Amino acid sequence: MVEISDFYSETAIQWCPGCPNHVILNTLKEALVELGKEPHEICLVSGIGQAAKLPHYMKCNFFNGLHGRALPVATAIAVAQPNLTVIVTTGEGDCYGEGGNHFVHTLRRNPNVTLFVHNNSIYALTKGQASPTTPTGEKRSLNPGGVAQPPLNPLAMAIIHNAAFVARAFALDREQLKTIMIEAIQCKGFSYVDIIQPCITWDPRPLDWFRKNVKRLDSSHDPTDMKKALDATMLPTPPILTGIFFKDGTRPVFGEDFFLETGFSSLTEPPFPSTEDVMGILEKFR
Amino acid sequence: MDVNVVIAGAAGEGIQTVGSIFSKAAARCGFAVFSWQEYESRIRGGLNSYSIRVSTSVRNAPRRDADVLLPLRKEARAKYRSWLNPRGLLIADERDDTDDVTEIFVPFSKLAREKWQNPIYSNTIAVGALWSVIGGDFEVLQLAIEDEFKGKAENIIKSNIEAARDGYLFAEQSCQGICSWKLEKRIEAGQPHRVAPTIIAGNPAIALGAVKAGCRFMAAYPMTPATGIITFLAQHRKECKVFTEQAEDEIAAINMAIGAQFAGARAMTATSGGGFSLMVEALSLAGMVEVPVVVVLAQRPGPATGLPTRTAQGDLLFAVHAGHGEFPRAVLAPSDPYDAFHKMVRAFNLADKYQMPVIVMTDQFLADSQFSISNFDVNLAKTAGQPHRVAPTIASPTEFSTYKRYALTPSGISPRLYPGQSKHLVTADSDEHDEEGHITEDLEGVAVPMMEKRLRKLKALREEIKPPEKFFMEDDVEEVFVGWGSTRGAIFEAVEMLRKDGKRVGALHFTELWPLPELCPLEDFFPQKATITVIEQNATGQFATLLKREFPIGSIKNMLFYNGLPVTAQDIRRSFYGRN
Repeated sequence: MVEISDFYSETAIQWCPGCPNHVILNTLKEALVELGKEPHEICLVSGIGQAAKLPHYMKCNFFNGLHGRALPVATAIAVAQPNLTVIVTTGEGDCYGEGGNHFVHTLRRNPNVTLFVHNNSIYALTKGQASPTTPTGEKRSLNPGGVAQPPLNPLAMAIIHNAAFVARAFALDREQLKTIMIEAIQCKGFSYVDIIQPCITWDPRPLDWFRKNVKRLDSSHDPTDMKKALDATMLPTPPILTGIFFKDGTRPVFGEDFFLETGFSSLTEPPFPSTEDVMGILEKFR
Repeated sequence: MDVNVVIAGAAGEGIQTVGSIFSKAAARCGFAVFSWQEYESRIRGGLNSYSIRVSTSVRNAPRRDADVLLPLRKEARAKYRSWLNPRGLLIADERDDTDDVTEIFVPFSKLAREKWQNPIYSNTIAVGALWSVIGGDFEVLQLAIEDEFKGKAENIIKSNIEAARDGYLFAEQSCQGICSWKLEKRIEAGQPHRVAPTIIAGNPAIALGAVKAGCRFMAAYPMTPATGIITFLAQHRKECKVFTEQAEDEIAAINMAIGAQFAGARAMTATSGGGFSLMVEALSLAGMVEVPVVVVLAQRPGPATGLPTRTAQGDLLFAVHAGHGEFPRAVLAPSDPYDAFHKMVRAFNLADKYQMPVIVMTDQFLADSQFSISNFDVNLAKTAGQPHRVAPTIASPTEFSTYKRYALTPSGISPRLYPGQSKHLVTADSDEHDEEGHITEDLEGVAVPMMEKRLRKLKALREEIKPPEKFFMEDDVEEVFVGWGSTRGAIFEAVEMLRKDGKRVGALHFTELWPLPELCPLEDFFPQKATITVIEQNATGQFATLLKREFPIGSIKNMLFYNGLPVTAQDIRRSFYGRN
């Protein structure tokens, strides 16, 4: 039986004391324990930023790569080793800004990857610039007069591309966060959770503002209804709604067809091609 | 026999069909065939050429002088007329009395319209005429046509054969007393496959080399002239069994390849200069996380978009230095498709062994040109770790009670496992990291030893880099031509020509460029009394710069070509005499 302590990492945590990232880390461990996943069965993938440091604080396989590039790396790991549970932990600057192109195309691909975006609507590591989800009018270090552009609506983007699983959670609603994490990891295909993670150092809005303005979706919300799911992402904010917005379990998972066709179980399992195999293909050129 | 046939016309007009049928037929007679194409960056129109060199012995080098010119339209005649040798023949659809050239008049457009009621037949009539001019046996051409149109309706194939016969017979009349070539069948009918050379271009050879090397994953973004590699793997997925993905951009492509390699699968990507620029950050990542990755860099002239469909060797110093920070890498540059096949196996083995990026440099000329390879031996270069890839480049998990991915070792190579292989945890961090792959700020205790560990790998790597191939490096040599990559055929042919002229010329050809091999004694490669001339297809003499930097060689001369066309032996010869 796997226990929380199995995930204990000796690396000293560099997050600010009291940062909701600690809650996300601990909840992720709890979710994995409930799923019975052992450290060697998991591969965390991240880019750069505060959230992207998470893999260092949890004992498991991990790939902490370049800024914005977690998703292509994770996609390929999931294809090469389909038995691994591949989870991306990243921030909204990493995922929606630097890596925005990969976010869009990963939605199209539908790899068996779970994506947790720690969304604090701020660039914290570089000291308080606006991010792609900063609300219009909020002041940030490069926007002293307030951010002029509207924020990105990544949930809507995910829903219109039929992502397998689209949810938003709140780092301070630990019970819901855990439930959503468990369901996201279990879901085959690309599961995406935007996690509201207030920055206690740079965001001028206090934690209480979030406690007041983050609300769960109505219990009657039907996540299989794309139109209603989309509508829910378009409502004026605040309030910021949380819960499972959308689910679509019908899409083929990226790479499935290749494994069906070849009979391989991973990309490391097949032996090297034989001389005859190669000579056979070469015959085309005679 | 050594005849160069040039077919010219607009893109989409049938140059491909004519060239392909003619090449196949010549190869089936047992002749070596080398063909290269130059084309404009457009789908239809423009004026392009397809040069086919037919020779008794293998001549894998381009010629730009035509013995026979076949323009499929008037504008093509005007553009390519100057390529025709003084004694060359022009197959003319329309007569031109103002031109003093020897014309073989075959009105293929008119015949197609009037007899076949369809202009499309003009191509097969033209190929029939061409085959007749070159003295080929019609039966062989017929087989090549059947092959080309395989899968089409019976009556279409039959009509095409008849149309080709029309052209053949028409040209036979016009040829009397003029055409002296004779393509004698050099192999018996019924068993051409045993003797005929393999005719293959660089891109499919690279794809096949990757298959042989056990590559299971390729991601790429389409970019000329590299696209052919992933195209081959995707279109032959059933046999090649390589997972292919068209990435959203080159950044995703290389990050995917790195991800697949981290997960234990041999993986690659391919691109040209612009796409490679986008990959550079991830190249540095591969160096830092010590994940092997193979990147094919198919060069074309730059800067920026440059000349997208032309050839060049202008990215050498870029490839050698690409990436921020310092990390080991290897840069290879195959000389022809056969070498490219084996260089891919070598690239994967070097990448795995040293856990670093390996860049394989080709160019548009090598990527697209069709070379003749006799006795294609797929086993010449041994693949490490046969028959199964787990040994020796991937360690066995049972060797360790505790496992550290970045263990400090005397060789600098840390035993590599992959996630999911065992209970041992495998990590990768783009930050400077400790032996377990965790982020560090310990400068003296961790960062310095880690940098030194990675760079230690260079020592053994350099020792196994192959020295250049020598050609006519006799004791009498007064001038050494030095080349790299795809120019081997042209340079060696130029040496042969100049030797016939009585010039004491030899050549060195490099296909493993970085790190440069150890050359001991240096005198055997760069004799002090000889002039060293580095022949390259770039404007600044990049390989010469590298040689000067790495070896104490007195003076080096440049012979540079950068017009976007493949360098020929004649170009080199002309340049040699023009200079002296």
